[in-house]
Amino acid sequence: MPVRSLEAENLHLWRGERHVLRGVAFALGAGECLAVTGANGAGKTTLLRTLAGLMYPEGGHVRWAGADVRADLRAYQGSLAYLGHEPPLKADLTARENLHYWIGVRRRVSPAALGAALARVGVEALAERLVRTLSAGQRRRVALAALALCVVPLWLLDEPATNLDADGQRLVGGLIAEQLARGGLAVAAIHHSLALPAGQVRQLELAA
Amino acid sequence: MNSAPAVIDPFAVGAPEAEVGALAAAALALARDLKLAFRRPAQLLQPLAFFALVTMLFPLSISPELSQLRLVAPGALWAAALLASLLALEFLFRDDAQDGTLEQYALSGQSLTALLFAKTAAHWLLTGLPLALMAPIAALALGAPTSALPGIIAAVGLGSVTLSLIGAIGAALTLGIRRSGVLLSLLTLPLSLPVLIFGARATQVAISGGAIIAPLELLAAMAVFGVTLAPLAAAAAVRISLE
Repeated sequence: MPVRSLEAENLHLWRGERHVLRGVAFALGAGECLAVTGANGAGKTTLLRTLAGLMYPEGGHVRWAGADVRADLRAYQGSLAYLGHEPPLKADLTARENLHYWIGVRRRVSPAALGAALARVGVEALAERLVRTLSAGQRRRVALAALALCVVPLWLLDEPATNLDADGQRLVGGLIAEQLARGGLAVAAIHHSLALPAGQVRQLELAA
Repeated sequence: MNSAPAVIDPFAVGAPEAEVGALAAAALALARDLKLAFRRPAQLLQPLAFFALVTMLFPLSISPELSQLRLVAPGALWAAALLASLLALEFLFRDDAQDGTLEQYALSGQSLTALLFAKTAAHWLLTGLPLALMAPIAALALGAPTSALPGIIAAVGLGSVTLSLIGAIGAALTLGIRRSGVLLSLLTLPLSLPVLIFGARATQVAISGGAIIAPLELLAAMAVFGVTLAPLAAAAAVRISLE
């Protein structure tokens, strides 16, 4: 089994005049979760997008399994799942269709696996409904189902519990715990206090 | 080594039945865009209605006399087709950029070039091809003889491929800009001029009954050139706009 680790080394990133990431560094091993906290505008989203390889840091490196992610960006991105602020769902497609097209470009998913994932996040009854008729929390749950379907070692989650009720927040904690138990890694920008498995969680606080 | 326990990697993507090739991923992206478009048919019909209306303006404003209309027919047809395809461009990437779909495509581990090519192909199927099929009606209204219609369909069909591809670059470049409509026109119209020139020429030759093959070949060459390079440029532009 390959050794999996994510390391950030002295990341610096400017947005125009603003120095957003000022020497961010961490090391994360298999089965560990990094909880990124910080005030609004502290750069949590910027850090996650940089880790995903969407943004280029002006200084520093991101290393996956010891190798700079820039060396083979596409392979690296194929082994991560990124969930941003807004669930990337189409209002005019049903929940099931959305997942089919979203995950389908990454890996083959059987309709049964799709249904099981929707059931896991508690929205199996909404599978055939157009996403435009779903509430924000229900959309978030559909997006979480995609996470479960990706089967990738690295999760990058931007406020994964937004719009979720207490039960939904426990669900996010449970999904992350499962991911860690499989030997996966997760980086989550969190605002709410999320029930995460103690012992495997490292904290990173970004100063505004 | 035989004492090592067999550990099954839960993330092994090596499972060949789970792998998705670039072609299959592109086909899925194409199918998705077609399905989405048919859920919102109004957006599809707008450029076509625009095309029909603009070409109808000429017989009304110039003269209903066929000999005069025939003179302006190629120019009118192509200017209208160009503007109609421009009108449809705004929707090519914008929605997907806003809801994060493009981001997920960029992170999918698949070739972004292939996925954007699929999106552009869907765009052509939904706007270029219908324009080509509508062109004969507009051409008849502008006094073209029926013998010219196959040539006109071919010219608009080939030309619109290039227009969609040039448009894809422009649409990708203007993703990060709010109210990008005018800028998009300023970027893509100059690049579209060769298509306009040779398309109008092909139409003119078709109406006068000459040998249309040479201008059609030029249009085809431009389309091939666009197919090979435009998706690469669009993918680079999308990656920049995602930053």
